[in-house]
Amino acid sequence: MTDRIEVLKTYKTYIGGKFPRSESERTYPVSDSKGNLIANACRCTRKDVREAVVAARASFDGWQGRSAYNRGQIIYRIAEILEGRKSQFTEELERTGTKTKNAVTEVESAIDRLIYYSGWTDKISQVFGTINPVASSHFNFSVPEPSGIVGIIAPDDSPLLSTISLLAPVLCGGNTCVIIASEKNPLPAVSFSEVLHASDVPGGVVNILSGYRNELVDSLTSHMDVNGILNAVNDENIVKLTEENGSINIKRVYHYTAENWLDEIHESPYIIHPFLEIKTTWHPVSS
Amino acid sequence: MSVQIQPDFSYTIPIDTVGVEERVSRLNKRSIKKESKLLALKLALSMIDHTTLEGKDSEGKIIQLCNKARIPYAPLPDLPPLAAVCVYPTMVATAKKALLGTSIKTASVATAFPSGMAHLSIKLADTKFAVEQGADEIDMVISRGEFLKGNYNFIYDEIAAVKEACGRAHLKVILETGELETLENVRKASDIAMHAGADFIKTSTGKVSPAATQPVTLVMLEAIRDFYNETGQMVGMKPAGGIRKAKEALQYLVLVKETLGDAWLTPDYFRFGASSLTNDLLMQIVKQLTGVYQGIHYFSND
Repeated sequence: MTDRIEVLKTYKTYIGGKFPRSESERTYPVSDSKGNLIANACRCTRKDVREAVVAARASFDGWQGRSAYNRGQIIYRIAEILEGRKSQFTEELERTGTKTKNAVTEVESAIDRLIYYSGWTDKISQVFGTINPVASSHFNFSVPEPSGIVGIIAPDDSPLLSTISLLAPVLCGGNTCVIIASEKNPLPAVSFSEVLHASDVPGGVVNILSGYRNELVDSLTSHMDVNGILNAVNDENIVKLTEENGSINIKRVYHYTAENWLDEIHESPYIIHPFLEIKTTWHPVSS
Repeated sequence: MSVQIQPDFSYTIPIDTVGVEERVSRLNKRSIKKESKLLALKLALSMIDHTTLEGKDSEGKIIQLCNKARIPYAPLPDLPPLAAVCVYPTMVATAKKALLGTSIKTASVATAFPSGMAHLSIKLADTKFAVEQGADEIDMVISRGEFLKGNYNFIYDEIAAVKEACGRAHLKVILETGELETLENVRKASDIAMHAGADFIKTSTGKVSPAATQPVTLVMLEAIRDFYNETGQMVGMKPAGGIRKAKEALQYLVLVKETLGDAWLTPDYFRFGASSLTNDLLMQIVKQLTGVYQGIHYFSND
């Protein structure tokens, strides 16, 4: 068996806890930094966006309804599973042209970032919630709640680390999400969906699509059932489109770009905050 | 009106289950796009029997339901109204009043819905009460227990008696196909109902799972076609229960078109018994008009 033909992996999408191919049945070639073909990825369409949003909505109540502590455990579990598959992701990053040393750093930072945000799940209400002094005999308090479904537009650089840096704070706040993976380097994000699947993340909480951004961003950002957009692509057209479409149903739109995803400034509760709604309750008390 | 020769119901018409499923799946592959899709969505909307059949129903809820039937979606005032509102007999008067001056029919379930486990005299009284209250259409249930025992004359006589009690109101006969076990039984129950005077045959109460399915609907549509060829009478069809998505509704319309033809593609001969289907149709209509995928939170939950 010396002349063995290598089995190339088919990179599929991740929707509702399953790995379907794109509804379009189309793929597009993904190359390494030298221009060599390394794999084909699904070229998703607006119908895949629609399916992903339906899945994200269906899983939202369950994910929001879990205790914050349990959400923290699950995010920690993602880190654990990723730790066990470090070498696979290092190799995948290397194939896309990242140097070995940088690939190792990226994977390790991604794991640490998940650990960082797993700790925040049951602390955000203490930090962003308040007890408000009021003039009547009421106990008045404000607590954060998740916005709902957040669409994440991932950038091309540091494809694994950037995706996780965007995903973790969104999940941490109790939101579910639909991710449009990097167009140029989608493979690490798509492989990461297998990690999500193997950890305790319920199906539909994270949905990952690959394809051409100009075919996906419009239908995701205009979708009336999406409550927020986290955009990390520094492109004038995408920013404009996101702002315009976001205004249709007043989505929370947050543009978050980075020079260097390894930087620790990307670990902050203020990245969780944009996708939280503050609910204030007036509770009558006897004086 | 009634057919003189009653067929021998002990004879079973064989049904090829695999063939039925095959045909359904082939018809499901048909693609309807753009203008045709919009027209089909609006047609489906106009065929809905907007239904609430819950123990907790109140007058307020019925009035809201009727308002939704009149104006399904306020931002699009040109949309057709729904076909009917379907309620319990005690709510008929409320619905009738709320629908005054519209073309929307008031339908009522009767005959000890949903089980049908009551004496004929009670069933007839139930039916008469609903008609007196102003119901234009009566949805009755057959006695599935008697049917499965092979007591076909009992079923025939029961339907005929209820039909008489209905007077001028239209009669829809619910077969509750989820309890009939086989497609042969569905066909037989359809034939009995039509010969006994049903104006519509209907799949399910919505209280038993499985409710409406496409293979069952196809068998019933074929029974209607054969009955029409035999007698020249057009009988309507109403799948009910479990139809929630616009896409499924369009698939049902294709089944009707291909089995019975255009004459049946009107609210007079085809209805959907549904409640959540209305909003999905509205969401798809708005999507067709604006190009933007819709969210359920922007549509009234009535």
